[in-house]
Amino acid sequence: MKWNFDNNMPIYSQIIEQIKLFISSGDIGAGERLPSVRELATDAGVNPNTMQRALSELEGTGLIFSDKTRGRFVTEDAELIARARRELAQKSISGFLNYMHSLGCTKEEIFSLIKDCEGDDDNE
Amino acid sequence: MSEIIFSCNALTKKYGKNTALDSLSFELGRGSIVGLLGPNGSGKTTLMKIANGLLQPTEGEIKIKGMPVGTGTKSIVSYLPDCMSLPEWMRIRELVKFYCDFYADFSAQKAEEMLGNLGLESETRFKTLSKGNKEKVQLILTMSRNAELYLLDEPMGGVDPATRDYILDTIIAGYSENSTVVISTHLIADVEKILDTVLFIDKGRIVRSDSVDNIRSNEGKSVDALFREVFRC
Repeated sequence: MKWNFDNNMPIYSQIIEQIKLFISSGDIGAGERLPSVRELATDAGVNPNTMQRALSELEGTGLIFSDKTRGRFVTEDAELIARARRELAQKSISGFLNYMHSLGCTKEEIFSLIKDCEGDDDNE
Repeated sequence: MSEIIFSCNALTKKYGKNTALDSLSFELGRGSIVGLLGPNGSGKTTLMKIANGLLQPTEGEIKIKGMPVGTGTKSIVSYLPDCMSLPEWMRIRELVKFYCDFYADFSAQKAEEMLGNLGLESETRFKTLSKGNKEKVQLILTMSRNAELYLLDEPMGGVDPATRDYILDTIIAGYSENSTVVISTHLIADVEKILDTVLFIDKGRIVRSDSVDNIRSNEGKSVDALFREVFRC
């Protein structure tokens, strides 16, 4: 798993976002067991306490659950994962739209620019 | 806060006319990684030395798990001094034995495993190692104790960025939930991801103490950026 941290934002919220991304993208599949807190913390290079806190918060959303003896697992609920994926996409799009609006692009212009990009992809 | 593992009460240390620590008071709970951050000459090493009984305070006291600094506290505190303190002529194998003899909480297995991962031969003499490897060996020995409090004075002084990452991984790997790690450093950008809380120390006083995530969400910037602002020359 590849972790990316922005130095100016709280680490804890960034861990939550990134685990959501790993789950949404299927890097960690539905029903799959998560590595231990320590393994995840070492992998991400963060404090184990911070990792623990982020995982507890994710448990609150139902996206992961913990089994007393066997560890933590990703939910098997496809609807829940789809919703998390949609939320990440929406968040990214709203950031993109803010940027485009600050450039003064209209909706029509944005759509046509996206169409142009899609055209580029087809040529590749 | 959880059980207090370390407390400083109106601690003052003067070297002649110079005041290194100025009536310092703070407490640390169990189960956290704390950064003691301050510019050169702010009193970090003096504090570490008093906590290990290498210096006597002018006034005030340090208590570790409620005990005054002494034999009792040395058995639960694992200290990494800011300079090389190991007998240079010993072989790595002998150093492991040396720590075994001195500390009841030392895990030779843990040390050998970590030394093995580094690819260091147990027959190698300490003095033939590079500076970076010496620091790694010293840190491995320090973190291989199952101590309740780890006091690490500049664990990354003078090593390359890749080695710093290795050192941080070693600290995370050695840390357990009921121990507390205090890291003194001015290489903040490198350590801030693994810290719970930071203490800014300046001219022997604590000028700020907060959690890393609080600083980032309240200030909208990294601890490193805040440090540069607070201690602008």
